[in-house]
Amino acid sequence: MQYAAPETTKAAVSLLAKAKGSAYVLAGGSDLLVRMKGGFIEPDLVVDIKRIKAMREVKKTASGFTIGAAVPCAELGENKALLKAWPGVVEAANLIGSKQVQGRCTMSGNLCNASPAADSVPALVAAGAKAVIQGPKGKRAVPVEQVPIGPGKTSLKKGELVESLVLPARKPRSGDAYLRFIPRSEMDIAVVSAAVNLSLDAKGVITDARVSLGAVAPTVLLVAAAARAIIGTKLDAAALDKLGAAASAACRPIDDKRGTIEFRTKVAAVLAQRAAKIAYQRAGGK
Amino acid sequence: MPLDASYHAKSFKSVGTRPLRPDGIDKVTGRAKYGADHNMPGHLVGLILRSPHAHAKIKRIDISKAEKLAGVKAVLTAADLPDLTNGDQGMFDILDNCMARTKVFYDGHAVAAVAAVDMATAKQALKLIKVDYQVLPHVTDVDEAVKPKAPLLHEKCFTEGGESKPKNPSNVAKITEFGHGDVEKGFAEADIVIERNFKTEQTHQGYIEPHACVASVSPDGTGELWVCTQGHFVYRNHCAMLLGMDVSKLRVTSSEIGGGFGGKTHVWMEPVALALSRKANRPVKIVMTREEVFRASGPTSATSIDVKIGIRKDGTITAGKAELRYASGPYLSMWGELGAMTSFACYDLKNVKTRGYEVLVNRPKSAAYRAPSAPMAAFAVESVIDELAKRIGKDPLEVRIQNAAKQGTRSSYGPVYGPIGIGPTLEAARKHPHMKAPLGKNQGRGYACGFWFNFGGQTCTDVNVGPDGTVTLTVGTVDVGGSRASLALCVAEELGIPYDQVKCTVADTGALGHNDMTDGSRGTFSSSMAGIFAARNTIEVLKERAAKMWEIPVSDVAWENGHAKAVGSKYGNLAPLSLKEIAAAAGNTGGPVAGHAEIVADGAGVSFATHICDVEVDPETGRSRVVRYTVIQDAGKAVHPTYVEGQYQGGAAQGIGWALNEEYIYGKDGRLQNPGFLDYRIPVCSDLPMIDTQILEIPNPNHPYGVRGVGETSIVPPIAAIANAVSNAFGVRMTHVPMSPPRVLKALEAAKKTKKA
Repeated sequence: MQYAAPETTKAAVSLLAKAKGSAYVLAGGSDLLVRMKGGFIEPDLVVDIKRIKAMREVKKTASGFTIGAAVPCAELGENKALLKAWPGVVEAANLIGSKQVQGRCTMSGNLCNASPAADSVPALVAAGAKAVIQGPKGKRAVPVEQVPIGPGKTSLKKGELVESLVLPARKPRSGDAYLRFIPRSEMDIAVVSAAVNLSLDAKGVITDARVSLGAVAPTVLLVAAAARAIIGTKLDAAALDKLGAAASAACRPIDDKRGTIEFRTKVAAVLAQRAAKIAYQRAGGK
Repeated sequence: MPLDASYHAKSFKSVGTRPLRPDGIDKVTGRAKYGADHNMPGHLVGLILRSPHAHAKIKRIDISKAEKLAGVKAVLTAADLPDLTNGDQGMFDILDNCMARTKVFYDGHAVAAVAAVDMATAKQALKLIKVDYQVLPHVTDVDEAVKPKAPLLHEKCFTEGGESKPKNPSNVAKITEFGHGDVEKGFAEADIVIERNFKTEQTHQGYIEPHACVASVSPDGTGELWVCTQGHFVYRNHCAMLLGMDVSKLRVTSSEIGGGFGGKTHVWMEPVALALSRKANRPVKIVMTREEVFRASGPTSATSIDVKIGIRKDGTITAGKAELRYASGPYLSMWGELGAMTSFACYDLKNVKTRGYEVLVNRPKSAAYRAPSAPMAAFAVESVIDELAKRIGKDPLEVRIQNAAKQGTRSSYGPVYGPIGIGPTLEAARKHPHMKAPLGKNQGRGYACGFWFNFGGQTCTDVNVGPDGTVTLTVGTVDVGGSRASLALCVAEELGIPYDQVKCTVADTGALGHNDMTDGSRGTFSSSMAGIFAARNTIEVLKERAAKMWEIPVSDVAWENGHAKAVGSKYGNLAPLSLKEIAAAAGNTGGPVAGHAEIVADGAGVSFATHICDVEVDPETGRSRVVRYTVIQDAGKAVHPTYVEGQYQGGAAQGIGWALNEEYIYGKDGRLQNPGFLDYRIPVCSDLPMIDTQILEIPNPNHPYGVRGVGETSIVPPIAAIANAVSNAFGVRMTHVPMSPPRVLKALEAAKKTKKA
């Protein structure tokens, strides 16, 4: 196995593009190293991106936030501006693994690991985040929900890697929230999860919303019908009922060691409703 | 001199105090040596190839390619471990479990092993071993396994102990029966009879330290084994027998232990490590991965239990009956039998009958897990008692008090009880502030009782007095729960010297006679008894030495408060001699001062506990959270109360995990799907409330200080207590453990539908 730690994105792209055999990007390593140690993968090339300076930064710009691909999740929790604008995204990132894992793991890694149960991904999808992808043919930006295409599979082409994630600038009276269901209180993996991002008008009526569900389909879902259920409402009981029904209707889960189809379908509704209430409150709704 | 084990009330100086744990600093600084921390010069890495099939015939194993790989020093199959068990079926089963001979019986069963110069080579070598399997139908569920057409594990397994000799083989290896009176008559006398089936899934002890050992066998026939174990003498005896070695030529040293809870009472890969070392003529180290620990060590049984109990409106239980099916893995054990013995042990019943079934399934060989088999039986019985109490409109705690066993009660498993603690723990529960605390929204309270036998067994200890008057206590029982501190406290007490003058060491098998394992809550009970006896023998020597120093008859020397005293007015001015002074003079009075004791510690007092818990259930997700928990248990005498409390809390914590989330999940292919701590969910710290404890001390009449074992009983009531609390939160009886959120939510939804209908 070859290990490389380039200092520029260009060099990283070049290494990945030229790689023979299996090549993997190493950010925090909280998924990659576990899979290597477990004998599930035997990479020919590992490209460590932590020495690429641009990928280690969180930048606030007029158009929002740019979060480098190698920024560990723990740093997001310490960024006050980010926490204020996107509390749901940050709380999702700070639920991954344990405190120790959060010191290593990254949201870009969480996205590219392409697990439908990834904690930060539903929050990013609800937020309308974009992934900036660098590759041999240059740079492109895609909505994050287009990166994972199935469990463990991404739409990235050979030689491509995610350079950063971009969160849009915030409208006034906006809020987001992420909730996951785990049987324990921490150090666990989502059995089902939901993220809600919304904005209100001056009267507290929801003008925009995005609802996303995790661990209920091969990829994280963006559920337009669930968003429609609450847009134009003040999140009253009827709207919440419709939101729950739309969330459950969107679920296409499996029975596995972590949960049943029945359970995931029911609890997706519960979490979507609870997350919506938190997001609504964060947006200043009463 | 005959040694008196009987209890005599006395006031203690050392016993009952809480000195800092002697192993604490080394453990928190990483200096303590665990199983995997030991290295030998030039040791090889040993790895085991495991079956991916739940049940298969081994047609052929081709090791030729692996043997040829550079760096591989030995490749081993069952052919390298010939059967030397001489008709001992239990030992043969251990051998077959360590390395499958003709069939594999579970996903994870060992089929071959390699020793190589490094991990990468060993891993590569495993891939080069070709095993030709003929896959057979399998059965992993205990209720499926007893069906007449279930896939058969052993063609020659004819049920032992049934009413009649069976014509056909089955997966029921044995049936055992306990009880007295006439249960049918008892049920006829009852106003209400409830009969229910309860299921518990298989759980693992979940010790944090995986199995690890380093083995070295020399061409001269001697060997050494460094190993993480609860009983190095038993490991020595078993390994020596399986390898055809002389017991005295195999020296086994136990490491510090990162948890055992019964799972380290059994050899798994240690005989394989020794055989690899013998074949390679180099030391071999084997460290199990977590996945191997789950797939191929010894979890406890999955069970299915039918319970029937009758009660009169006045609260008298008229009869109790239980049929208990315990999955024992592929080999006969006594798990159903222990379930049958313990199920009704808390109660004074006129009519009781229990039958335990040992059921063979394609899962790893079940091993002991902290009060093995009792928690599941208690879950079933305590749930029905709770329900019966509600049905007659009485407080479940009062019903338990009314029917509790007491001194003189004939137990459901046979013996008549001496002084016991079930009544007092229930009375203490009644008075406990927890009982009056208000419950919040979506919360339920439950209580349950638990029983465990406790065990004594063979024990051998030495007390050696150093030249400076400090004392070494050498024991052969592995310290799994704080016994070194407790044993040193007892010896300090007996000698009349301060605790910090006594150092307790766990010796290797070359230093002492045979000691049984630290199991059955026997470590502190039996080794303290032997330690006290060894101290008494030491005192006799000290008195002789003092007599010599004073030149007076030894009959005129008494031992008080750590000093020899000349008795009688004729020695009026003779100042007492301290242990230090006698030790300093030992070279001139007959050599080193020592005392020894070898005993079978009889009379381990039975142990009882009552637990109270409050659980909050999220009605929308089925998630349960234990919000308050209280353990009340009889310790006989708490030698080191902090450790006793730790045992109470530890048992409750494990029980909470078992009750709520822990379970072995098998796929249709018979493969274990969750062999890791991500999906085998033991509780993390934040899942647990602070667990309150109350120690009762009802002296065990058969121990000089009244000590009873305390390690196991604390895991017996939790499943039942939590199930009762969850059931009481919404009035929906939970009968399947773990009460994981999908199961609870399903039960709540089903109850809602029934109510609507």
